Amino acid sequence: MAATAIDPKRLDLAAEFRARPFGRHSPELQGLLDTMRRAENCQNLILVSISPGRWVLGERQPDFKPPRLFEDEVFDSLEAGEWAAFQRRWRALTGQELNLP
Amino acid sequence: MKGPGVVGYVDALYAHPGDEVTVRVSVLDPGRRYRAELVRLICGEALGLKEEIVASGVSGEHLGELQPVPIGSYAIVESLPPLGAVELSLLVWPTLPGRGVQSLVSLGGIHLFLDAAGAVTLASGGETVSTARPLRSRAWYGIEARYDPATGAASVKSTPIPGVHDDIAAEASGRFATPAKPEAPLLFAARRNENGTTVEHFNGKIEAPALRSGTVAAEWDFARGIGTTAIEDRSPLKLQGRTVNAPKRAVTGSRWDGSVHDWRRDPSHYAAIHFHSDDLYDCCWKPSLRFRLPADLRSGFYAVRLQAAGPPFHVGLIVSPKPGAARAKLAVLASTATYLAYANYRRRMLPGPFELSMGHLPTVDMTDVLLAEHSEYGSSTYDTHRDGFGVAHASTRRPLFNMRPTGRYWNFAMDLCLVDWLEAQGIAYDVISDHELQARGLELLAPYGAVMSVSHPEYYSLEMLQALEAYLGRGGRFMYMGGNGFYWRVSFDPAHPDMIKLRRAEDGTRAWAEQPGQYYHSTGEYGGLWRRIGRPPNTLVGIGFIAQGFDAGSYYRRTAASRDPRAAFIFKGIEDEIIGDFGSSGGGAAGLEIDCYDAALGSPPHALTVASSEKHSQAFLLVNEEMLSNTRGVDGTLNARVKADMVFFETRAGGAVFSTGSIAYVASLAHNGYRNNVSRLTRNVVERFLDPAPFTLPKPQGR
Repeated sequence: MAATAIDPKRLDLAAEFRARPFGRHSPELQGLLDTMRRAENCQNLILVSISPGRWVLGERQPDFKPPRLFEDEVFDSLEAGEWAAFQRRWRALTGQELNLP
Repeated sequence: MKGPGVVGYVDALYAHPGDEVTVRVSVLDPGRRYRAELVRLICGEALGLKEEIVASGVSGEHLGELQPVPIGSYAIVESLPPLGAVELSLLVWPTLPGRGVQSLVSLGGIHLFLDAAGAVTLASGGETVSTARPLRSRAWYGIEARYDPATGAASVKSTPIPGVHDDIAAEASGRFATPAKPEAPLLFAARRNENGTTVEHFNGKIEAPALRSGTVAAEWDFARGIGTTAIEDRSPLKLQGRTVNAPKRAVTGSRWDGSVHDWRRDPSHYAAIHFHSDDLYDCCWKPSLRFRLPADLRSGFYAVRLQAAGPPFHVGLIVSPKPGAARAKLAVLASTATYLAYANYRRRMLPGPFELSMGHLPTVDMTDVLLAEHSEYGSSTYDTHRDGFGVAHASTRRPLFNMRPTGRYWNFAMDLCLVDWLEAQGIAYDVISDHELQARGLELLAPYGAVMSVSHPEYYSLEMLQALEAYLGRGGRFMYMGGNGFYWRVSFDPAHPDMIKLRRAEDGTRAWAEQPGQYYHSTGEYGGLWRRIGRPPNTLVGIGFIAQGFDAGSYYRRTAASRDPRAAFIFKGIEDEIIGDFGSSGGGAAGLEIDCYDAALGSPPHALTVASSEKHSQAFLLVNEEMLSNTRGVDGTLNARVKADMVFFETRAGGAVFSTGSIAYVASLAHNGYRNNVSRLTRNVVERFLDPAPFTLPKPQGR
């Protein structure tokens, strides 16, 4: 079943997420997040701490295999990692890069 | 980037000063060298790791070895009379046919198995006879095989037991050119290779295996001996055997028709054993380190810290006072049963819509990744076996990847917040554990003026609950410092003393659901939520699980009841209306899993709800046992019941209970150098609870 489309013009929602990735969201952002998190594209992301305070994104693998790590970009916080995942999903679901000022 | 180069486990999760501790170590690093230290754990990584090295005989460099893990369950009959021509029969219910060779019966040189396609095959040496008809998953079949070493004649047959499927019987016969000798040991659900290692483990149920050869007419009845490791032969020869690695018993068999749900009422419906290639009770590693704990060692959270290449691996251990030697008036009850239930949690590293229930990406560290790289260390009770059935057993005889001060801010790592705070406050305390509570009952609690839980005492046996109830019944004071406590029933099986068992029956916030007809533990106890069994946590601690969300914490707001003179001691020196709008777990003391007061579930009518949390996020969802059908409006922004209630009540015997109702609470204690209202409030309660002056029940209203 196709997920609800994400409107690539709603950069305000992306900005809201970047400012506060955890906690209460506006109903519209929550709807966007639900859509992203249900979508098959980029659903199986994971954040892996490679040393205290340093994180990389990874992708969860089927058949009980360990996650595949994307080691090219290291984040210094969970928030930064969440934002990178959001950007990946935005790109996957809208076909457009997400670059906020 | 790599995980620890060494892993290990101890023989018992708790020990007393002066006890000998045995550590079993496997060194993954090719150098095979590692360093070991005994460390006292004071604070977890999330707040800044604090651990103290304790001088002990374990300290130093050691040369180790890579130790294999004999994962996979099976049953074995060690000795048999001399055999000639043999006839084998059994019932099977395969759950992963077509996923590699899986042994049904091995008998010396004779091997009956499902081939890589799932067809029943008899083999001797390199010769095979196969039905060439793959079995269906989750359907019962009768299997027969014959082999005559005198002639080489061999045959196999699979016959579906009539059911909803329309499979048909299949058979094949042939002649093996090279004679093979049927002989002991007889294995069900696995085969031993030339090295003595068991391989080709079966996934699924086996029932009523039988062996006929000359005067031998053995029939193993798996309905007998449920709750033990024994498999009993009904024949006069009594060719008894045993199970290895704790396959699941008290499971429905081919005769089960829904008319029986308690296996004790008619065990013939439960004549099967469910084997898994990833069952694990005992790694059986050789002892690597033996050392004696210092006789004057203070009680606490400890670990044997193992270090090779990569980050250290902490082997967690609770050190409690020797019986009769309690030093403090306050005991912290470490939830080792819950630590064990969560040990080796793999699910968050597997695909799935994790974030829809958690509200954030799953997070792991390189120690978790190491676990994912090593399936042989077994899984947690939050995982499923390879065949999709829930993992219902958790053993301590293997490396436990979560009893450490690092990694996920949860359970052991989070409970160290409490230790850190007690240390900072200068409050004397002992640490005791669920496992010792199970072993010693009320005797363990009796010396203490007050007992404090840790952040998430979720898994409880009947014996543990009874001990706490008895403690309160004699005037004890209990501080429930967490959320979602006293939730699932577990049992300690005498046949597997280092394992807990669990049936996720009926209802609840579940990682998997127990199969119909299998709600009773092999101990005969009805499994599931204590709430469904008739002992809701509300009756013990005044509150019960109501919601969970893992993105952010919130705060408590004081209620009018907090002004009741009975609660004055709790808020002494606190003028704030808002409690805990800070903390290292999501920024608020009310978070993760939260509990609320509910008189309908047995919360005492005289209990005071002195504060309640509010303003939780959309990620916080009402637990499903609160709903009869799915409904909108159950998240923290819409549902007023999504809240943590802080509750206090007195008991009839002069004791009292104080409950925070939130896992995240303890993560707020250290805020602002421990100078905050959560810290002050908690200290107020500790001080009053350690005061022997009795509490008195309020007079009933309206009289």
